[in-house]
Amino acid sequence: MIKATPKPLEEIINYVKDFNKILVAGCDGCVTVCEAGGMKEAKVLGSALRLYFTQAGKDHEVVETTVTRQCDKEYLAELKDMVENADAVVSIACGCGIQYLTEMYNDKIVFPGVDTHFMGINADRGIFEERCAGCGQCVLASTGGICPIARCSKRMLNGPCGGSEAGKCEISKDTPCGWHLIYERLEKLGQVDRFTQPVDPKNWRTSRDGGPRVIIREDLRKAEPQHGSAHS
Amino acid sequence: MRLQYPTDIHIIKVPCTGRVDLFHLLQAFEQGADGVFVAGCLEGDCHYMHGNLYARKRVERAKEILAATGIGRDRVEMYNLSAGQGTRWAEICREFDERIRNLGPSPIRFAHEKKAA
Amino acid sequence: MEPKTPSRLEKIMAAGQLGVTSEVGPPRGADGAEIEHKGHLIKDYVDAVNVTDNQTSVVRLCSLASCIRLKQMGIDPVLQMTTRDRNRIAMQSDILGAASFGIHNMLCLTGDHQTFGDHPMSANVFDLDSVQLIQTVKMMRDEGKLLSGFEMKVRPQIFIGAAENPFAGPNVELRALRLGKKIAAGAEFIQTQCIYNIPKFKEWMKIAVDKGYAEKAYIMAGITPFKSLGMARYMKTKVPGMDVPDNLIDRLKGVPKEKQADEGIKMAIEMMQELKEVPGVRGFHIMAIEWEEKVPELVKGAGLYPRPQV
Repeated sequence: MIKATPKPLEEIINYVKDFNKILVAGCDGCVTVCEAGGMKEAKVLGSALRLYFTQAGKDHEVVETTVTRQCDKEYLAELKDMVENADAVVSIACGCGIQYLTEMYNDKIVFPGVDTHFMGINADRGIFEERCAGCGQCVLASTGGICPIARCSKRMLNGPCGGSEAGKCEISKDTPCGWHLIYERLEKLGQVDRFTQPVDPKNWRTSRDGGPRVIIREDLRKAEPQHGSAHS
Repeated sequence: MRLQYPTDIHIIKVPCTGRVDLFHLLQAFEQGADGVFVAGCLEGDCHYMHGNLYARKRVERAKEILAATGIGRDRVEMYNLSAGQGTRWAEICREFDERIRNLGPSPIRFAHEKKAA
Repeated sequence: MEPKTPSRLEKIMAAGQLGVTSEVGPPRGADGAEIEHKGHLIKDYVDAVNVTDNQTSVVRLCSLASCIRLKQMGIDPVLQMTTRDRNRIAMQSDILGAASFGIHNMLCLTGDHQTFGDHPMSANVFDLDSVQLIQTVKMMRDEGKLLSGFEMKVRPQIFIGAAENPFAGPNVELRALRLGKKIAAGAEFIQTQCIYNIPKFKEWMKIAVDKGYAEKAYIMAGITPFKSLGMARYMKTKVPGMDVPDNLIDRLKGVPKEKQADEGIKMAIEMMQELKEVPGVRGFHIMAIEWEEKVPELVKGAGLYPRPQV
């Protein structure tokens, strides 16, 4: 799922300090799981903002809410009255949710309340790790199920580089070398011969390099009535 | 043991300090508390394993938030003591009461009273 | 192996002679004269001179411009190119530019991560990795095509080099496999990481010989003399992928501080003499970091002077 962390409170206060009626909008999706933008975090942020405004002697009205997913129009629609009643919205959904909320309520000022980082897993309580870089062309079948794009610091397709040492990446002793992991896994699977054949340059068009991406799945799209009569 | 401790401390009992959420601490300040302390079991003695350790982390986070909002980080604190340490309890209460008196009323209570006036 | 390019280095090694290369690190400023000065110090003692490409991710005068300066002095340069800072468009463009100045050697590298350098906040590129850069140069030279498939009228003539680190993880077998992969991609000469752990290097070379890699590419042993005990310790603990055995550190410790530099040179010469006898070693790459003036002494000491004329 998408991993985010709360922005420093000082930064959020700085965004909203000149507004009176503020809506803190959380999301029950990914950001709830990583405890950055769910109901609990919305309540904490709302409370903190009220404390700030009160001690600063400013009139204010801070309300908190969440929706099932801020990346869906149908759920964002539920916010209509609350958004209209607010001068500014702090969205603590991921960057997608924040933008979609902005798109939907275009005349409202919307601030981000979290920093969105990556797609990852919950390794342990409070530990989130990146696993997929969303390159749009999965190579896991040939790399033992470990992604070199997301887990090698140099996105190499022909690793490990000369900086791999004792299973760690050259950038830090806390970072496992992705290619070391791939090697161990391929060795287990008896596929070490994969290391003898060069892997050709990757087509990055399916990654962010091709510009903002859109997926159109005709099989999933709304069925439009055909022109003409089916009975003719 | 008829131990004396300040009478204006309002006690909220919870089964374990692990139940105390960050939100509860902030809410107390919103409602006008001048200070809040969490009294957990001794570290290593939690009946629920780590409840008091989680409470400490939340108190630390609350300090950061109170600092950022202008309330002040010293208005919240975590203490650890056992059920058998009545003397220590009274001592903590007096100590914390004195700390808060030195800090003066919370700016929130001040703002509330000003509004009401 | 028949030489495929006008590279002097290639011709010397193809004739069965041990090749000798060294490197020049460009300055962190616009002083072109410094490159020429360093070039002068070593020009008669080596067959070609590598120019590093923003090594350790620190911004320096660019490798291509430095190579052009060396070329104009009559030195055969080895253009080092990392994939860290340029995408395939920029790299192919630089390769064509280099070829247009008669630069006939390249060392294809992925490059150190920018975390190490003076701009850790920069974005990296890594559009290709070193193996894919080797493929690219080979395609440009042998097929006369860019990666896009576009056919060039004039092809670059480049002797294709790669680096390999026998001492990096996960183990020596994989490092040898990766050497094989680079050769399969088109690498014709290999400059290794600085060698200090000779037994481990021999282990790696044995696999390279047994698997036939050593016949398909010229393997040049990497040599970096220790300037001091402090440097040896730094190499051991701070430089990723460097394997410095304790006995070398102890040997330097046993020498007074003012004699450590001399001892470092002595050790490097002894190593070169030992490595000359290792099957598969076809030359030396001397990386005397900010110590270029010592290259003549090393080359002479190892019995590699005078250099053959081709």
